[in-house]
Amino acid sequence: MHKYANPARFGALADRILPWARWVMILALIPGLWLALVASPPDYQQGESVRIMYLHVPAAWMSMFTYMVMAGAAFTALVWRHPLAQLAGRAAAPIGATFTALALVTGSLWGKPMWGTFWVWDGRLTSVLVLFFLYLGYMALDRAIEDEEKAGRAASILALVGVVNIPIIKFSVDWWNTLHQPASVMRMGGSTIDGSMLTPLFIMALAFQAYFVWIFLIRMKLEIDRRKAAVMRQSLRGI
Amino acid sequence: MAKGLTTRKSQRLVVLTAGLVTLGLATGLVLYALGSDSLSLFVQPSDIAEHDVKPGDRLKLGGLVATGSFHRGDDGVTNIFTVTDCVADVKVSFRGILPDLFREGQGVVTEGTFDTAGLFVADTVLAKHDENYAPPGTMPKNAAACTHPEGVATAAEMAGR
Repeated sequence: MHKYANPARFGALADRILPWARWVMILALIPGLWLALVASPPDYQQGESVRIMYLHVPAAWMSMFTYMVMAGAAFTALVWRHPLAQLAGRAAAPIGATFTALALVTGSLWGKPMWGTFWVWDGRLTSVLVLFFLYLGYMALDRAIEDEEKAGRAASILALVGVVNIPIIKFSVDWWNTLHQPASVMRMGGSTIDGSMLTPLFIMALAFQAYFVWIFLIRMKLEIDRRKAAVMRQSLRGI
Repeated sequence: MAKGLTTRKSQRLVVLTAGLVTLGLATGLVLYALGSDSLSLFVQPSDIAEHDVKPGDRLKLGGLVATGSFHRGDDGVTNIFTVTDCVADVKVSFRGILPDLFREGQGVVTEGTFDTAGLFVADTVLAKHDENYAPPGTMPKNAAACTHPEGVATAAEMAGR
């Protein structure tokens, strides 16, 4: 693992993974979207509105996955003071915020015709909104302090504190009564989604995962270059 | 290199892990102390008695729409149905447009107040979706009519009543 701690080696590895991630995303997205939007059956209760689920659920999964990547990076950055770890957190945050916003917006658009409201302050919706604010807070804090080292450390602590929200999001629908439905896929006793709907959902989830890897690696490379430029600028000023 | 807690790295590891565990425990205890009552969106019919609800108190009431309970009032625009949690029932009246997912045997969250006669007068009705996703005609019909109706009446069918 330490082999890739070196930014140049990491860059070479990223360049090798990038085309794969891009192709997996494209090859999953085409059948995924076709199955999700055209070929899968309507739901027995929701009708065609169920199709929003194929965007909403992968976005919601990725919003939590990305947070765990960011928190893992934050932990590594704080304990081992690894320079790449800090950059990884910084690269992941806007992606996670986007996934969270997508989950919130698609959920809201589904909620209006199905529930009868765009928004309700139940445990699930509120905890996901908190997740969105945690991402925004991380990004704001990271930019608010001029010393990048200190900024990264402060933002990392915030990211780690926010980890308590992840189990709250997951179990909010079990612990408290909510308007949001309980878990359908990751639950005891197997999925309650019909196979004809589960297949497009998993293909879309794969596309979202590949999209994350693709954008994350691009952003990592960008952060490394930005860091290099900052160091150069500093050394030029020193002359 | 020194071993154990003598290195800065291992000190940071221990402090950070201990901090996170403490934070997790503290959050868990706070949520436990708040209890599911205060963090839940709605109260269920069987909770009404212990909540000491007076007529005029605003609350959110949730549960299943009892199968066969839906009908229109004498004025033709008021929706009347029973919300049940299989232990207790509450009769609800609502004037307004019901959401698409409103079905007998499905969950609802209503908001309003009790009148003096014990009727829950709702000004908002939200439909709750359950965890099942299936193509039309494939959902197994559940014998336990309380948790799942034998025949799910659609909004259009109910409108005919």
